[in-house]
Amino acid sequence: MTGVTVGLPEIVAGFIVVALNAYALTGGADFGGGVWELLARGPRRDAQRALVARALAPIWEANHVWLILVVVMLFTAFPDVFATLGIILHVPLSLMLIGIVLRGSAFVFRSYDPRDDSVRRKWGRLFAVTSIVTPGLLGMVIGAIASGAVGDAARRLAAVHAGSPSSDGFVSIYVRPWLAPFPIITGVLALTMFAFLAAVYLAVAATDDALREDFRRRALVAAGAVLVMAGAGLVAADVYAPDVLRSLLGGGWASALQLATGAAALACIAALWTRRWQLARVAAAGQVSLILWGWVAAQYPWMIPSTHAIRTSSAPAVTLKLLLMGLAVGAAILLPSLAYLYRTFARAETTAMVNGEP
Amino acid sequence: MTDLLAARTQMAISLGFHIVFAEIGIAMPLLMVLAEWRWRRTGDAAYRELATRWAKGTAVLFAVGAVSGTVLSFELGLLWPGFMRIAGPIVGIPFSLEGFAFFTEAIFLGVYLYGWNRVSARVHLTAGVLVAAGGATSAGFVVLVNAWMNTPVGFQLAGDGRLTGIDPIVGMQSPAALEQVLHMLLAAYAATGMAVAGVHAWLLVRGGAPALHRRALMLALAVGAPAAVLQPLSGDFSARVVAKTQPVKLAALESEWETMRRAPLHIGGWPDVKREQTRWAIQIPAGLSLLAFHDPNAEVKGLRAFPRDVWPPVVIVHLAFQVMVAAGLALAFVALWAGWVAWRRHDVTSSRRLLMAVALVTPLGFVATEAGWIVTEVGRQPWIVQGLVRTSAAVTPMPGLIVPMLTFTALYVGLGAIVAVLIASLVRETASRHTTGDTSTAQQSQ
Repeated sequence: MTGVTVGLPEIVAGFIVVALNAYALTGGADFGGGVWELLARGPRRDAQRALVARALAPIWEANHVWLILVVVMLFTAFPDVFATLGIILHVPLSLMLIGIVLRGSAFVFRSYDPRDDSVRRKWGRLFAVTSIVTPGLLGMVIGAIASGAVGDAARRLAAVHAGSPSSDGFVSIYVRPWLAPFPIITGVLALTMFAFLAAVYLAVAATDDALREDFRRRALVAAGAVLVMAGAGLVAADVYAPDVLRSLLGGGWASALQLATGAAALACIAALWTRRWQLARVAAAGQVSLILWGWVAAQYPWMIPSTHAIRTSSAPAVTLKLLLMGLAVGAAILLPSLAYLYRTFARAETTAMVNGEP
Repeated sequence: MTDLLAARTQMAISLGFHIVFAEIGIAMPLLMVLAEWRWRRTGDAAYRELATRWAKGTAVLFAVGAVSGTVLSFELGLLWPGFMRIAGPIVGIPFSLEGFAFFTEAIFLGVYLYGWNRVSARVHLTAGVLVAAGGATSAGFVVLVNAWMNTPVGFQLAGDGRLTGIDPIVGMQSPAALEQVLHMLLAAYAATGMAVAGVHAWLLVRGGAPALHRRALMLALAVGAPAAVLQPLSGDFSARVVAKTQPVKLAALESEWETMRRAPLHIGGWPDVKREQTRWAIQIPAGLSLLAFHDPNAEVKGLRAFPRDVWPPVVIVHLAFQVMVAAGLALAFVALWAGWVAWRRHDVTSSRRLLMAVALVTPLGFVATEAGWIVTEVGRQPWIVQGLVRTSAAVTPMPGLIVPMLTFTALYVGLGAIVAVLIASLVRETASRHTTGDTSTAQQSQ
């Protein structure tokens, strides 16, 4: 990574990543909750599911809004990037949206469907399955961007439109960029990270010791799985996205980020091992955030590698300034509100009160 | 079906689906807060019961509104990348502000729904007020975007079709901004308020739980009826702005072919586009000039004053407009009637005929909303941004758009059916719980 020039476009791009990071740590963990809903087993199977439901219910709507904020900020500040992603990644993004719709609906239907338990269980299963598919697709989208395949497809599409002879069909432009080994591995990596985060959060939120131990074990297994998938990602990058790998491992900043990620991973495992719950939560959040920023650093200065640089694809300065002002005002209202929300529902101990019903 | 038509259909279905939940998400929190406020003030447990019942419905409908809204934010790029490329930097600002308002709404909805026993009474009520305010604010910002698409301002047009010298703040104050925001918010309160009133009126007619449903009916009417009465006035304001800024849309929705002074108002009828005449309509002499310009001698532009390639689909726009006006007027009439009864007899439940009428108009607010949305959107065709960007130039180059269109249609049809069944069973649950235990509920201590 060479010198970093920081101007308005870089600042706004940075905030978009911050919002994406917040989504990964909150909405991402909610997806992970769905994974543990699906994998609930053992004598405390129902208690595990109940914990997931209680922990998510008051906060998942708010957590989901980070994604909307990412999208809105992206199309405001980098309209051409948004348009290009919308064209080339139409299929996985549409599939992801179907997942988002079904998952959100299934979650509330499960909570409010007055019919018997078997109906609620079906909603629970739909919620769990879509909780796996949706973040996997999100990871695939990011992998497709990082690998350079989206930029490549966009250039070929532009060539087709310019009338140059080409053999590019639907599959090569709209499917192959994301349905490829590297994006599939990043998809699984995203899912694994979210499951790991959720397990750690749930261990912290549980008030019952046995339940807490259930999620501690799950968190440790998931931590291992994240390491395996991260390793697989590096191997796949070597084969399919050598530019990414070169930036990821290339000196200075990048190496420092990699080292910090490794340190956070070890700290989290150690904290889980010694049952230091709060530390485990901070370390897990740190690890996932560092993996995300590692990708961002590797890709800098590109929004879409090879076609859209941060500098050259941004909206006019007046828009960026207004957006930053809006962000400042918005943050002044949102951050205290969010802190209040999380504090109010930090522990999922009260089983009885849902919606004022005893 | 062409890709363009598939994309337009998918967008129309996505918006038509979302708008119902968005309206409910704006007005329902107000109702639930009013019920809670009444409970805190009077100690009447029926209000508390009502607040929790309404909160349940709000939770379900809000969630569906949130996910279908997410779909829309992505679809801007999935279906209309050409629009976002040009308009993103200008409409992005109101969209971003909408994002923050929606965030506030979602945060405090969590506090409200799950905080009954965790936060103080004052905080709980405040959370509800913030949800209601957040809903109205975010709707306002989104409608500013649509107003800009109808009457774009705040930029210069460069030779390559891009916008230069943009000013998003000026863009948010487009000529249609005030009338559209007003019309949309009133629509939300009128449609939701009158629909909720209708459900409880029907439950009263069936003879269930007078204590609960009477209070529900009064609160819902207090929100819905004034909005329903004001809506035709706001519609008049809207029509005058459209007459000035989008004369071809006005000509289409009225199916007025000739440019003339003392233009007649067409009520009903069927526009025959081939022969350029409107059949079977009731004509009110000088009515259109009077309504559109508040002057019977004003000149109104007819469709023939514009080249055919900028005509919107006249039949759809005209019929949708008739449906919207008819449904809106029916609602306003029932609302006035309820107001009259409340003023004369103080108890709206004493008139069975009124209860039947309120129950009968339950869906009309949403019907009017859908029709009105068709008027504003189809009436702007062939433009996605009036006079600036054609819809055909904005659509994604990806082929095969009929597949996502059919997929999302199936998804929303299924989801709509499930939500309808679920809400119906929540209503039935309320009804059955209270047909027997009504007095005990009312007397229960807090």
